[in-house]
Amino acid sequence: MTVFILRRFVTLIATLAGASLIIFLVLDALPGNAAEMLMGADSSPEALHAMTIKLGLDQPLIVRYLRWIGGLLIGDMGTSYSYGTPVAELIAERLVLTIPLAVMAMLLTVVLALSAGVYTAANHNKMGDVGVMALTQFGIAIPNFWFAILLILLFSVKLQWLSAGGFAGWDEGIVSGVRSLLLPAISLAAVQAAILARVTRSAVLEVLRDDFVRTARAKGLTRRQVLWGHVLRNAMIPVMTVMGMQFANLLAGTIVIENVFYLPGLGRLIFQSIANRDLIVVRNCVMLLAAMVVIVNFVVDVLYAAIDPRIKASEL
Amino acid sequence: MNGVQPTAAMPFDAPPPEAAVPSKPGRSGRGVLQRALRHRSFMIGGVLTLLVISAALLSTIWTPWPAYEIDLAHKLNPPSAMHWLGTDVLGRDIVSLLLVGARTSILVGVIAVGIGLLAGASLGLIAAARKGWIEELIMRLGDFTFAFPALLSAIMLAAVAGAGMVTSIAAIGIFQIPIFLRITRGSANAIWAREFVLAARVAGKGKFRITIEHVLPNILSILIVQATIQFALAILAEAALSYLGLGTQPPQPSWGRMLNDAQSLLFQSPLLAVYPGLAIATAVLGLNLLGDGLRDLFDPRLSRER
Repeated sequence: MTVFILRRFVTLIATLAGASLIIFLVLDALPGNAAEMLMGADSSPEALHAMTIKLGLDQPLIVRYLRWIGGLLIGDMGTSYSYGTPVAELIAERLVLTIPLAVMAMLLTVVLALSAGVYTAANHNKMGDVGVMALTQFGIAIPNFWFAILLILLFSVKLQWLSAGGFAGWDEGIVSGVRSLLLPAISLAAVQAAILARVTRSAVLEVLRDDFVRTARAKGLTRRQVLWGHVLRNAMIPVMTVMGMQFANLLAGTIVIENVFYLPGLGRLIFQSIANRDLIVVRNCVMLLAAMVVIVNFVVDVLYAAIDPRIKASEL
Repeated sequence: MNGVQPTAAMPFDAPPPEAAVPSKPGRSGRGVLQRALRHRSFMIGGVLTLLVISAALLSTIWTPWPAYEIDLAHKLNPPSAMHWLGTDVLGRDIVSLLLVGARTSILVGVIAVGIGLLAGASLGLIAAARKGWIEELIMRLGDFTFAFPALLSAIMLAAVAGAGMVTSIAAIGIFQIPIFLRITRGSANAIWAREFVLAARVAGKGKFRITIEHVLPNILSILIVQATIQFALAILAEAALSYLGLGTQPPQPSWGRMLNDAQSLLFQSPLLAVYPGLAIATAVLGLNLLGDGLRDLFDPRLSRER
């Protein structure tokens, strides 16, 4: 177990290092001169030169890379060209929206998916099962940003219950904040829930065939007790693996959904920075998202090994 | 990190690639055809996919109106005999835009999946044939690319190279490589362990010949199924990228772009936001069902619990 975690940890560090190198090379080395990108091709050579020195672009690649990584390790991401504020502050401000959004979406996903998955498995091949499964096929086929637009059409344009976008901030109160994030969270959750419901159903059906289920019923437990107490717990291993991966997907999905609802989160920040040619912000945001994806997967792998004693370090 | 991998919208209930050992081909052609015609998701998926491909092909020779023609006098017209689904904010015919949009989606999808399939499958076959440090190196490189969902790589590419169709093709294509790499390596390894491969080795065939003559034909069905499903994901990704303005650029019509344009007109012309989404959902649903159907038909043992 310890050996397994250690090995996975070494892989984690190597992956993070590799990812940072790719991000640095693509965003910093390829375009040639970031100063020119920032100031436009028609700026004077003197101004360009001054900017190049200001950005530290006259230094060799390796020095710039190490300086970036060294900064990251102590939480210093540099200063944004367009906002003039430290990038770390900028990102922290935006995460206040993005993290709650992703967590809300994940909670919705889990509640929807587990109930749909257990319900369909318990009613295998009956009308309800077929109906819900058909629904999940549609859920998987629908782009989340289109679903978001449809929700806006229904709840904001037709019924006028919720606003079509924007976020006033948490200072306005938790209720108002959650209301602004409700439609975005639902649109993120719908697709993920469709996928997770199918996984849950397969896993529960698999476990239902096990001998211990029959034993539990034979010793007098009710169907409901067996289903939620015994079966679901045993089916959770594959379900949890997928849940971990989905959290990473949700984070990436927020980039699109924040743009649909004009929410000032990390996704909007990335887009505004691309428009402003603020590559230093783009670089750190992409690194942050990539790191979250990799770290969440690491945690899932470790949890997976901790929960399932059948997984031995030798098998992985 | 074996088994199912995190991807933008991968159907996670698919069997893990490593578990996918194909059966030996050799069923009678007629039996397969009969089973295909009786298979519900294969038939529905096939019809929907054919519909989208026909729309794309049709758009190369005919559209009701020129898709690029701006006609401000007739902007935001409701559906009529002249414009079946109405016109957009620039007076362009919606049906024509949808048809050309199908072409854009399919073009991006085919090239991106082609890149992923060619590069991923080749690397996967090499990894399975060579083993050792070469396999390790190839698989670790695949791990890196998994840290970048298609959206993130497109954002990076767009930030340095500018947005456009090529950017989205490259981003989606690169993102597909590790998926094909894993599935190819996993199923090729299973073939390498079979007796007939051992027999071929004893008979003195080299690794390259065995890969081409025995391994590849036996994993082809798995690759075809996966390519169908990845095609659906590519269409979703293309739509998302062009919706965000990172992919296909105007005036080239694309479904994602149409949704973006429609969003600012939700109060005036809500239907404009419905059609392109329906088109995307039709294409993706069709390809997903087709992929499921093909999986069942190629190997009933792999069919999912449904």
